[in-house]
Amino acid sequence: MSPFSYARPTAVQEAVQLAGPHARFIAGGTNLIDLMKENVERPQRLIDITGLPLHEVADTVDGGLLIGALVSNSDLAWHPRVQHDYPLLAQAILAGASPQLRNMATTGGNLLQRTRCLYFYDTATPCNKREPGSGCSARQGLNRNHAILGASEHCIATHPSDMCVALAALQAQVHVAGPQGARQIAFADFHRLPGDQPQRDNVLADNELITAIELPAEGFAAHSHYLKVRDRESYAFALVSVAAALDIDGHVIRQARIALGGVAHKPWRNPDAEAVLIGKPATAANFRLAADLLLDGADGQGRNNFKIPLARQAVVRALTDAAQAMEAA
Amino acid sequence: MSATVKPFSVPLEAPMGLPMDRVDGHAKVTGEAQYAADFHSADLTYGWVISSPIAHGRIVDIDARAALALPGVLLVLSHLNRPELASYDESYTDADAAEGSPFRPLYNDRILYSGQPVAMVVAKTLEQARMAAAQVHIEYRSEPHQTDLNAQLGQAHKAPAELPKPRGDVSAGLARSSAKVEVEYQTPAEHHNPMEPHASTVVMQPDGGLLIYDKTQGTQNCRTYLEQVFGLEPGSVRVVAHFVGGAFGSGLRPQYQLTLAVMAALKLNRSVRLALTRQQMFTFGYRPPTVQRLTLGSDADGKLQAVKHQAIAQTSRFEDFTEHLVEWSGMLYHCDSVELDYQLVPLDVFTPLDMRAPGATSGVFALECAMDELAYAAGICPLQLRLRNYTERNQNEDKPYSSKALRECYSEGAERFGWARRTPEPRSMRDGHELLGWGVATGVWEAMQQKASARVVLDGEGRLHVSSATTDIGTGTYTVLTQIAAAAMGVDSDAVHVLIGDSSLPTAPLQGGSFTISSVGSAVQQACTALQKQLLEAAQKIEDSPFADVSRDQVVFIDGRLRLKADPTKQLALSEIVRSSGSGQMQAQVDAEPDSKKREPYATASHSAVFVEVRVDEALGIVRVSRVVSAIAAGRVVNPKTARSQILGGVVWGIGMALQEETQMDHDLGRFMNHSFAEYHVPVHADMGEIEVIFVDEQDTIVNALGSKGVGEIGLVGVAAAIANAVYHATGKRIRQLPITLDKLL
Amino acid sequence: MTTTPAADGDELFALHTLRLNINGEQRRIQVHAWTTLLDMLREQLQLTGSKKGCDHGQCGACTVLLDGKRINSCLTLAVMHDGAELTTIEGVADGEALHPLQRAFIKHDAFQCGYCTPGQICSALAMAGENHAHSRADIREQMSGNLCRCGAYNNILDAIEDALPACRGELETSAPALGKRGSAA
Repeated sequence: MSPFSYARPTAVQEAVQLAGPHARFIAGGTNLIDLMKENVERPQRLIDITGLPLHEVADTVDGGLLIGALVSNSDLAWHPRVQHDYPLLAQAILAGASPQLRNMATTGGNLLQRTRCLYFYDTATPCNKREPGSGCSARQGLNRNHAILGASEHCIATHPSDMCVALAALQAQVHVAGPQGARQIAFADFHRLPGDQPQRDNVLADNELITAIELPAEGFAAHSHYLKVRDRESYAFALVSVAAALDIDGHVIRQARIALGGVAHKPWRNPDAEAVLIGKPATAANFRLAADLLLDGADGQGRNNFKIPLARQAVVRALTDAAQAMEAA
Repeated sequence: MSATVKPFSVPLEAPMGLPMDRVDGHAKVTGEAQYAADFHSADLTYGWVISSPIAHGRIVDIDARAALALPGVLLVLSHLNRPELASYDESYTDADAAEGSPFRPLYNDRILYSGQPVAMVVAKTLEQARMAAAQVHIEYRSEPHQTDLNAQLGQAHKAPAELPKPRGDVSAGLARSSAKVEVEYQTPAEHHNPMEPHASTVVMQPDGGLLIYDKTQGTQNCRTYLEQVFGLEPGSVRVVAHFVGGAFGSGLRPQYQLTLAVMAALKLNRSVRLALTRQQMFTFGYRPPTVQRLTLGSDADGKLQAVKHQAIAQTSRFEDFTEHLVEWSGMLYHCDSVELDYQLVPLDVFTPLDMRAPGATSGVFALECAMDELAYAAGICPLQLRLRNYTERNQNEDKPYSSKALRECYSEGAERFGWARRTPEPRSMRDGHELLGWGVATGVWEAMQQKASARVVLDGEGRLHVSSATTDIGTGTYTVLTQIAAAAMGVDSDAVHVLIGDSSLPTAPLQGGSFTISSVGSAVQQACTALQKQLLEAAQKIEDSPFADVSRDQVVFIDGRLRLKADPTKQLALSEIVRSSGSGQMQAQVDAEPDSKKREPYATASHSAVFVEVRVDEALGIVRVSRVVSAIAAGRVVNPKTARSQILGGVVWGIGMALQEETQMDHDLGRFMNHSFAEYHVPVHADMGEIEVIFVDEQDTIVNALGSKGVGEIGLVGVAAAIANAVYHATGKRIRQLPITLDKLL
Repeated sequence: MTTTPAADGDELFALHTLRLNINGEQRRIQVHAWTTLLDMLREQLQLTGSKKGCDHGQCGACTVLLDGKRINSCLTLAVMHDGAELTTIEGVADGEALHPLQRAFIKHDAFQCGYCTPGQICSALAMAGENHAHSRADIREQMSGNLCRCGAYNNILDAIEDALPACRGELETSAPALGKRGSAA
């Protein structure tokens, strides 16, 4: 950890005015403090945003939900409306981390988690994401947990969040405040692929702050499932995860959403994979078709080749479970 | 879940044999138990270790100016300014040292492995030390390194281990075998990862002596090491480890944080605390990776005709670490033709270190998986195959076992598990989208005893103070010694106070190898006997003593009293005898040794049979261990509650070993990379299924006076094999490389 | 909270004065911004019952209750919690009387080395208050943030299951006072 100054603003505009390239916002701190202890993050200023009025969960006029950026992961997962209307989100949140971490971690912070790439965490090794231009150790190294989709020659890291996979499937909106005012970013556009700038995980500017996440009214409550595949039963990052949501009319799928976690630099969706299910019955054969389209272009790095068949199987299983939720309901 | 604790045919004398709660339980549930990094001192300073990023080479330059300019920073210690250290290897050796030249922390500019400590910052606060460490700029010159065991198998040399001589004719045995397997198994590096990171708090004493709270399994091992390495006056160092937050072997050798903390304390003449980070817990000993080739042959009835076990393991360039890796294959089953071979490959890594059931964990894994393969090759039930090759003798030593109730482990374990309902074909048992698999394996561990000393002191209030330098690393030593002393002395367990974990106490061996109770417990027992003799003599001197002319066999010590057998109304409280003796206390100290004459004609070992059910998600490859029955033959059990906990822990370790644990090395960098609890997976609560422990009745009058063999390791041996065998039964896939992660089953 | 600049006026080394209620006792503590709650407890207050097992939120040994909620004290900065109520393992017993969870841990031999135990107990205490664990499988999942390398998991499960009714009865009557119990109360 390096020395830093500390500020605790009470208004959003005050917070963004304090922000800059060498400052970091801190709320839950579960990833930032972790990275600071490893000297991966070395901010000169910490802006403690826990005093900002962003702790509320509120209904929106069109029946959705506006979740303050500082709502803890636990509070969100157990929130009555999330439990009832967005079980996919509740399942995804509860599949991540531990109860202790979920009590600390915030909604906004969850979006900003950094990758779990072993090399990113170890300053003794080259890593383009941590130190642009130093090289990617993972490509030829220990890449069992790395990307099979959307990777670049500069970086094959994955985004580690579970919650974000569900938010991607639910097509959330990210509310952001900056010195020039507020803007909204569609979830699909929030995280970016590594390309030749792997140091940038998302499209936020240095002085922009996430203020809220907005969920549309459609929560796919009757037919959704979050499946997480990992190396132990709990308290481990996903090898592959799937957020599957279906809107089924009788036996015909009206709408489908499938997002994959653990496979790319961002939660992975493919409109073709979802479109192919529309108007079709919820059968394993159709789910396999969707899985194939979703995994289209997937490419392993060696040790992570297994993720391709695994993701395929996981998509089919998650969709099947989502569909069966209908029958049980 | 339950433990089956049947009354033993010849029970131990109470309170031995009873499931007593841990005497240190209160301290542990209230946070009062103090571990090495919990001790404070008014002049305390904090160290932070800087580790080498390269695997092999030299330190060219250390620039500490920026670090030293930071507030609170007192010292940047390296090979350039360290205190004087001993010059010869002998001074660096210790009670668990491997053959070769022990590692010398901060000795010179050479880098022997990635993660090696190269410098240490000392500051007034922990955070200052950590911040300053990031400001120390070190220049290295890299040299080529080699860390890949598989790439260097050709460089293997014979391990400096005394293996049993080949017996019979393996080629002929294989030639007449109708069923044969020739298979290679690989086990990865694993790190001990006790929950408590290694730490030392060195408290500078007014007289210049050092009081050191250290995380260790051998307080005297550390004391002696420090005296030798720093040339300190005998008696000037005291090493204390009242509570040890797990170790599993990681505390068998003095670890480098101890040496560094002492260096800093001597240099600054101040108290120093140095705790390693979890990441740094991956920068010293570990269970070595192995490549093992098993060749087994049997006749049509499954009778073993030949056993060949060849193992290659990794070691460092500076020491040849050996463990008992292949011997088990010559003793676990009857076979007249056996060849064992064990080789080492030196690499640019740190020396491996004994880790829970060292050798047996890896070696028996390979043997027991190969036996399962042979069972399928011969078309025999895996349990039957083991029974058909049952042996009452250890053929390696050509001796009978002092006791061996393994047959009972098989039968009672199979009964509890329901083994008879198993259908033998792989993939023949299913529940929804899960395949079920049932596997079995045998476990074995040596039953050893070492020299040990203990002192018992009886005070005028009738309290019995028992002391020995041994430690309790979670094994239950405090509690079990309390029970042994209470039974031996004939006092209530509440009257017993056990003091251990202090180098100034009577000599004890390292705590490890499952020999603490047999060694230290025997010493305590004998010390009590000696004290009873003194008490009787003292009682005889009391005026009008009813014991004036009686001999030892005419009296009993019971309920804190000396009592005449013939007339129980004639009795004296032990406290009264002590008070009447004129001194405030009476004491006895003994040095106990194994009864070699009695033990010599026999082989001594504990055994187990482990039955496992796994559930494998066929599409996703996820394996869950849903049910385990572990039947243990380890002689008499002094405390069924703590002993059961030891076995439960062993099973959990077996689950981790089979499915999760692997320290992953990037061979280009020569560096372990998953150096955290997030990426080095150990089992969590949610991984647990039902685990049942059975202690079978095993009487042993040879192994030691208690007839108790120790249970620290046996719970682990065989578990991973039983899981791997169950996975085969479930899926038809034979995974010969641990851990069995889901990618291997897709 | 008040902030005192360092002697040389360097903002980076400023000291912050916090007020915390720790196990029922009001404390005034000065910290640098980078001091974690865990290091403050252990090194400044000598409340060493909370353990450092990984310092990265990956083991749970440092679990404490912050305003009644379980957190990893290693991953949060003390300076961020001015005015908070903390319960550490030192404040779980009511004076000499052990908490039902503590008694159950002893009875079921729910520990071996004891190093993870304070975290397991604090975690279980908070879990009882959360009231989301309704089966053995729930307890297993919701206790998975606390590693035990000795492998005492099944005994810990038995202990928690045994003590949960007592915990819940107790919490219903004195939930707001959770942070106030303890030896200093």
